[in-house]
Amino acid sequence: MHEPTVKELPAHGVRAERIEKRLGGNDVLRGVDLIVRTGEILSILGSSGSGKSTLLRCLNLLTVPDSGDIWVHGEKLAIRSESQHGGQAEILDHRQVRRVRASMGMVFQSFNLWPHMTALENVTEGPVLVKGIRRNAAADLGRHYLAKVGLSDKAGAYPRHLSGGQQQRVAIARALAMEPRVLLFDEPTSALDPELVGEVLRVMATLADEGRTMVIVTHELAFAREVSTRAAFMHRGLIEEESPSQKFFSSPVSGRLRSFLASHR
Amino acid sequence: MDITLLLTSTVTLASGIPLTLLLTAASLLAGLVLAVPLAFMRASSRKWLSLPVLAYTYGFRGTPLLVQLFIIYYGLGQIGIIRSSVLWVLLRDPFWCCLLAFSLNSAAYTTEIFRGGIQAVATGLVEAAQAVGMSPLQIKRRIIFPIAFRSVLPSYANEVISLVKATSLASTVTLLEITGLSRKLVSETFAPYEIFIAAGVLYLGLTFLLTGFFHALEGRLNAAPRAKTPLGRVALQQVAHEQ
Repeated sequence: MHEPTVKELPAHGVRAERIEKRLGGNDVLRGVDLIVRTGEILSILGSSGSGKSTLLRCLNLLTVPDSGDIWVHGEKLAIRSESQHGGQAEILDHRQVRRVRASMGMVFQSFNLWPHMTALENVTEGPVLVKGIRRNAAADLGRHYLAKVGLSDKAGAYPRHLSGGQQQRVAIARALAMEPRVLLFDEPTSALDPELVGEVLRVMATLADEGRTMVIVTHELAFAREVSTRAAFMHRGLIEEESPSQKFFSSPVSGRLRSFLASHR
Repeated sequence: MDITLLLTSTVTLASGIPLTLLLTAASLLAGLVLAVPLAFMRASSRKWLSLPVLAYTYGFRGTPLLVQLFIIYYGLGQIGIIRSSVLWVLLRDPFWCCLLAFSLNSAAYTTEIFRGGIQAVATGLVEAAQAVGMSPLQIKRRIIFPIAFRSVLPSYANEVISLVKATSLASTVTLLEITGLSRKLVSETFAPYEIFIAAGVLYLGLTFLLTGFFHALEGRLNAAPRAKTPLGRVALQQVAHEQ
């Protein structure tokens, strides 16, 4: 098996090789390679069903790929590939996966805030349980990140009393409070009413300005063009085109990407 | 109807309330302690975990509580190994037989109630917990169970109320809780009408208090919302225990 040399590996960041995933009889990912370097903001675009969300979910193993390798911050994730005898692909080292997940913040399309906890509790739960930070220290941390997403005044509010845009900003604060090295965004604005998209994108733009490492699966082309350093276009389970953002949007090579960009203006 | 007799027998029967409450509270607690892990096993996708629990809940929900009580009270004493074991110290006592029967029965119903709540927790909420790196146990304890508990609280309240009423079966194995006392009193006074009405009034009072308690609890937890069931589904329903 090909083991990358130290030189090949990005010192930090995320790297996926030959990722394959079948879901419900469909080949959702068909041998995808992806590299996310530290400090890079990568947008992944593509029409629905192209596999972009599944690829993102493979990076922190919320979806376990049938085969392929994943390195996070230079550490290879221990997964057993699907066997020929129908054995499911599975996580081998759960401790490692938990550690790696804690270092990768994830923001979901449907926010997924825990409904029985206040905004602040949603943000502090991870630091307290996973990092073992004391409750009152975590509360300070939580308030800091709620302030960062502009929701200082909503610390005591339950998710159902917040708008979709506010919920998503709390979810971003929840991801940030783990002080992750990489942030994963899975269509963060797709479930929002159009007038609420702006507030979430503004928060994300601030994070981008801080030089954070981000992977963003999105349909917001204008936003992707504005903030990302690199962009990838997925089509039918493969990356069709991938290039620095400037080139990606101004002079796309593939015909499919060109018509995709044209149809999403 | 003799109102004076009704009032005096209400006072007399009230001395059975502590035993009724003790039987209810103890079997409820034991049932809950058993039901929480069983509900997670029952909700598991692994057959070897869920099937044995299904067999257990099916058995206890599919047979009358009275029959279960009789099997434990009259039946277990027939088995020599049990009679000669230390367990016999407890099992020859009708109180412990009742407690065992009620606990196992309540655990079966509670398991199924919680199983529904656990399975109704949206997968996205669990994934969000996985994504911050929580362990499976942390996720069950801090995310799944609190959300499930809120969503099944009305059904669980019904189970509690059913259990209060089901403790009346203890009277069939000589315990003098509210119903047991009533039967004793009836055999002394031959005034079943007044006495059983008095017993009914006492049960109604207990149920009233419990309903109020669960309403208040629901209201409190509802500050943090439950899944979907509207407030006020706590009702007097004969769902769980049949005679």
